[in-house]
Amino acid sequence: MAPSAYVWLLIAVAYFLIPLFATLLFSLRANATGKCCTSESYAWVIHNGDFWHTLKISLLLAVETIAISLAIFVPTIYWVHLKLPRLRPIIAFLALIPFVVPPIVMVVGLLDVYKGTPSWFYAQPWGFLVAAYVILAFPYMFFSLDAGFRSIDVHTLTEASQSLGAGWPTTLLRVILPNIRAAALAASFLTLAIVMGEFTIASLSAFQTFPLFLQYVNESQANPAAALTLLSFGLTWGAMLSLLLVGRRRGTRAAVITGAR
Amino acid sequence: MKSGRRRLSLAWVATIPFFAYTVLFLFLPAGSVLLGAFQGVHGGYTLSNIRVLFNHPYIDAYKTSIEVSVVTAIAGGLLGLAIAYAALREGTPKWVRSMITTFSGVAANFGGIPLAFAFIATLGSIGVVTQFLKNQLHIDLYGHGFAIWSKTGVEIVYLYFQLPLMILVIAPAIDGLRQEWREASSNLGASSWQFWRYIGLPVLMPSILGAVILLFGNAFAAYATAYSLTSGTVSLVPILIGAYYTGNVLDNPHLAQALAFGMFVVLALMMVAYIPLQRRAARWAK
Repeated sequence: MAPSAYVWLLIAVAYFLIPLFATLLFSLRANATGKCCTSESYAWVIHNGDFWHTLKISLLLAVETIAISLAIFVPTIYWVHLKLPRLRPIIAFLALIPFVVPPIVMVVGLLDVYKGTPSWFYAQPWGFLVAAYVILAFPYMFFSLDAGFRSIDVHTLTEASQSLGAGWPTTLLRVILPNIRAAALAASFLTLAIVMGEFTIASLSAFQTFPLFLQYVNESQANPAAALTLLSFGLTWGAMLSLLLVGRRRGTRAAVITGAR
Repeated sequence: MKSGRRRLSLAWVATIPFFAYTVLFLFLPAGSVLLGAFQGVHGGYTLSNIRVLFNHPYIDAYKTSIEVSVVTAIAGGLLGLAIAYAALREGTPKWVRSMITTFSGVAANFGGIPLAFAFIATLGSIGVVTQFLKNQLHIDLYGHGFAIWSKTGVEIVYLYFQLPLMILVIAPAIDGLRQEWREASSNLGASSWQFWRYIGLPVLMPSILGAVILLFGNAFAAYATAYSLTSGTVSLVPILIGAYYTGNVLDNPHLAQALAFGMFVVLALMMVAYIPLQRRAARWAK
């Protein structure tokens, strides 16, 4: 190994690990004295009702977003691969639009358009927030599922299934879905990571999700905030490593989400 | 002819839910920002909101946003390139390479509120590194005017996701630099410098430029990290937009839409530059 390679890799490792290590040290300090080491910050988190409440909300939002996204994007992308291949570049182009319309721009438009709608939609995270999160998930769903559908023979599978007497729902759920399982799982883990970290839209539309609770603790209590930060990083690690494990066999490349920033 | 057309229209029907969804939650909001930016407080169309963008303090926010994005894109791009090359070049053990790429895949997704706090714990006024430098090495960062909630602080924190993103994006291009090219050029008597000047860099350049543009957009659109780090004291465009909705200064809602429109224009220009570079880069990438 070249000596310069050592230097660069050392810089990289230091830059990546020092903040994580500092957060760990911070989370072990006592609130009152600032002395190491105590687990009281972790106890504070575990006994905090708002923590469990907002964590539950964010997890449920993630589950709902994943369910709606899969229900919309799997049949559409399947259909495009089967019958409308000329539509594929158009959808691929649409999938780039969320990068030009980032969350901070999108939320301005969403708040303006849906201001007067019924409160079961506008005032509920299950309505308004999930509607926005499905759009945030769209590019990742598309690129992951599209790669999944390209790696299987959609036409042969569909013909085989239909000549054995299966209808569209059976074909989709019991023939196609199991074959693109890895791609669908990868897309779901990405969506989970997006929703668990999304702050911009939730904050500007005033919904109390897990990242908002995190920000609230950041502003008020330093040591528990460190414990929560590690926990939140742990969630991202979990989702991303699951993604890599799922994608390994299919050659899916690591993906980058932009929703959390 | 007739039946063919009918089959086609039937096939389209199945894509209606998808297109209806994108119209409702992507195109309508985006369209309302575009239109709203050109509407006056009392209705009617006007350019006054856009004109206001070119005045203090809004033009300064764009300058700050663009400066932070350019600085972190270029610094992240160069450092990321060096690290990616160090990890991928021949001679580096395979496990180092897979460790760096796996970790980049995860770290590129660290962002927002947790990342801001991790850096407060590191370089904040009572952060671990700040205290270590002060007590052990007698370097007083805050005494010298540094603050994690300043513009420099935001740039340092953004690098945490910019660097791994660069590594992820540039890795396939570096892998595409064939070993044979290097051998061929050294057989023909080229020095290492000549290899990079006439072969390595020209092949990599479209990928590097494309990746740096991507990094620019990544930093330009970020809101949560800077908001949490600075409590909104560094005026980036997203922070100004956020202040309109979370604060109580909503005198002209169309101004927030105009600010958002400005972001859209910058990001659209970025995309226009990015797509052809991406096409060119795809030629050599494995």
